[in-house]
Amino acid sequence: MKIIVAIKQVPERDARIRIDSSGKWIALDDIEFRMNESDAYALEEALLLREAHGGEVIVLSAGPERVGQTIREALAKGADRGIHILSDSLASYDALGVARLMAAAIRDEAADLILTGLQSDDLGLGQTGVILAELLAIPHSSLILKIEKTDTGIRVLRELEDGWFQQIEMPTPALLTIQSGNTRLRYATLMGIKKAKTKELRSVEAASLGVDAVPSVTLDSVALPSRQKSTQMLTGSPAEAAAKLVEKLQQEVRVL
Amino acid sequence: MSTVLVFLEAKSDEPTRLSLEALAAGVRLAAETGSQLAAAMVGAASASGFAMLGGAAQIYAISHPLLARYTADGFTAAYAQLIAKLQPDFVLFPHSYEVRDFVPRLATRLTRVLLSDVIGFEVASGQVTADKVTFTRQLFQGKLNGHYRAASPAPVLASVQAGAFRADSPSATTATVETFTPELDAATIRTQPGEPFRAAAQTVDLGSAPLIVSVGRGIKDEANIAIVKELADALGAELAASRPICDAGWLPMERQVGSSGQTVAPKMYLAVGISGAIQHLVGMKASQCVIAINKDENAPIFEIADYGIVGDLFEVVPALTAAVRKAKG
Ligand SMILES: Cc1cc2nc3c(=O)[nH]c(=O)nc-3n(C[C@H](O)[C@H](O)[C@H](O)COP(=O)(O)OP(=O)(O)OC[C@H]3O[C@@H](n4cnc5c(N)ncnc54)[C@H](O)[C@@H]3O)c2cc1C
Ligand SMILES: Nc1ncnc2c1ncn2[C@@H]1O[C@H](COP(=O)(O)O)[C@@H](O)[C@H]1O
Repeated sequence: MKIIVAIKQVPERDARIRIDSSGKWIALDDIEFRMNESDAYALEEALLLREAHGGEVIVLSAGPERVGQTIREALAKGADRGIHILSDSLASYDALGVARLMAAAIRDEAADLILTGLQSDDLGLGQTGVILAELLAIPHSSLILKIEKTDTGIRVLRELEDGWFQQIEMPTPALLTIQSGNTRLRYATLMGIKKAKTKELRSVEAASLGVDAVPSVTLDSVALPSRQKSTQMLTGSPAEAAAKLVEKLQQEVRVL
Repeated sequence: MSTVLVFLEAKSDEPTRLSLEALAAGVRLAAETGSQLAAAMVGAASASGFAMLGGAAQIYAISHPLLARYTADGFTAAYAQLIAKLQPDFVLFPHSYEVRDFVPRLATRLTRVLLSDVIGFEVASGQVTADKVTFTRQLFQGKLNGHYRAASPAPVLASVQAGAFRADSPSATTATVETFTPELDAATIRTQPGEPFRAAAQTVDLGSAPLIVSVGRGIKDEANIAIVKELADALGAELAASRPICDAGWLPMERQVGSSGQTVAPKMYLAVGISGAIQHLVGMKASQCVIAINKDENAPIFEIADYGIVGDLFEVVPALTAAVRKAKG
């Protein structure tokens, strides 16, 4: 099976959120980046499928130079090669624009399976994978936890709301968006890190892909959310705060 | 006159809560943009249940044997045909798992981008064109809000986050229901969905627990769960968790609270090291009293908390356990 995994580099989970001078995004200067969480699970599923059935795992990421590190990390975990869509102004594309770049970069690969994460931890659009499927004219399924190969294609396990699940049969080529949490993620070994340095990582300039960058939605500004509820903050040392809370539990919440 | 079209969903022919919230958003958007409101849904039986809800003058019951079971291909084709017929300026959806699954595809077919999971909107005064409405959606799992605008002509597509709009109570006016039969071809439906099923039977019923102490990723390690368990025991509370804790196998999945886990409404919900992502909040928002312990004063959980302690849970939790034990004597 030839599998492409789309991986996005996002700010570290604990990153401090400070709005930058443009008012359109957060300041990135002192921020560390990592692989988007659900994309790490998508990569793991791809590696497991290759281990079971053979084939090739190709990682795809769009973004500036620094994204190369995240692609190398995926290569160190075992992906075979990488494609980097190089752009310093990815924010000027909307989800359709980014998906068009990705479609243009991988159309000739004719992969059997394309995996993306369910949703990015920064923009949280939850759309790029599904849009890519439509652009490539292939079927998709979202919120996927498990993938099995069948004689005619694949059988996937989809998560539904409130603890319900569903199996779906579909032909390949197909695109799946992967939900976090179903498997343990592997770590890159020292050997893997060494090998990654020699693996193919092809860069393509976004501008060379012939994609119309005019967005159909734009992010005008960002703002810190305002409090909906007036939270009573209990302050002091841990012991003092704990004592205050116990008093509230006794007198106001009446559960003690 | 411009049109706001709201797509609704039903379970066992009853409108879902999320759909009623999307309808409420539609009522407001139509009023503020001077548009007429129409609604649509798959299935004639469910549509008649919606007719009583008011707000919409017209309800389209999308009806076709190939839509008996949800598929992205079937729903995309059917909805695209109704949009082509009605030419709405705005199309609203509840942000459900089905909507997440097919609406990005539908939007792409219309060369639009869905404004997903919006929590609010603002209409510039005196303006009615689609690009004059600003939609707010959350970024960084609720730590930041983004204000978005359509840069292309109508239709503007948006899906509405759970809990963001208050569902209206039924009004006296009754809508007319019109059947819409799309043209669908079985060969274009590429996926074969199976019957939905539930995971193994539940052995704990968090839904009826009066007190819940819930632990999140701030706990860092499986071994540390013990300190939160001690607090729960001291309070006589059930132990629950956010999803990453259950995914890691540190607590069983039946203790997971949230959109893909259990929905709870205890007298007291104490969240320890939980950031407060919307998928967690929808499962516990109805709690009578929410208490949060988190080291990040800007954690979204504080937005819905009645009481908060900003601090290191490894210090606060043991102190609280001791204080509770002392109070109980
Ligand atoms: C479709 C879908 C369905 C989902 N379903 C669910 C669901 O049912 N339930 C659910 O919970 N999630 C669900 N999620 C995941 C959800 O989006 C969040 O990722 C998840 O809730 C985050 O869990 P958390 O708050 O424990 O972890 P994080 O977001 O990582 O938060 C950890 C928190 O701990 C704090 N912290 C760290 N160290 C300390 C310390 N020493 N002392 C005090 N505080 C500390 C941090 O400040 C942070 O706020 C779903 C996601 C999707 C996309
Ligand atoms: N710039 C990008 N590079 C690679 N993959 C991406 C990029 N943006 C989004 N994706 C993929 O699309 C998924 C959904 O992202 P989003 O639609 O932003 O929530 C992510 O989990 C990634 O797998």
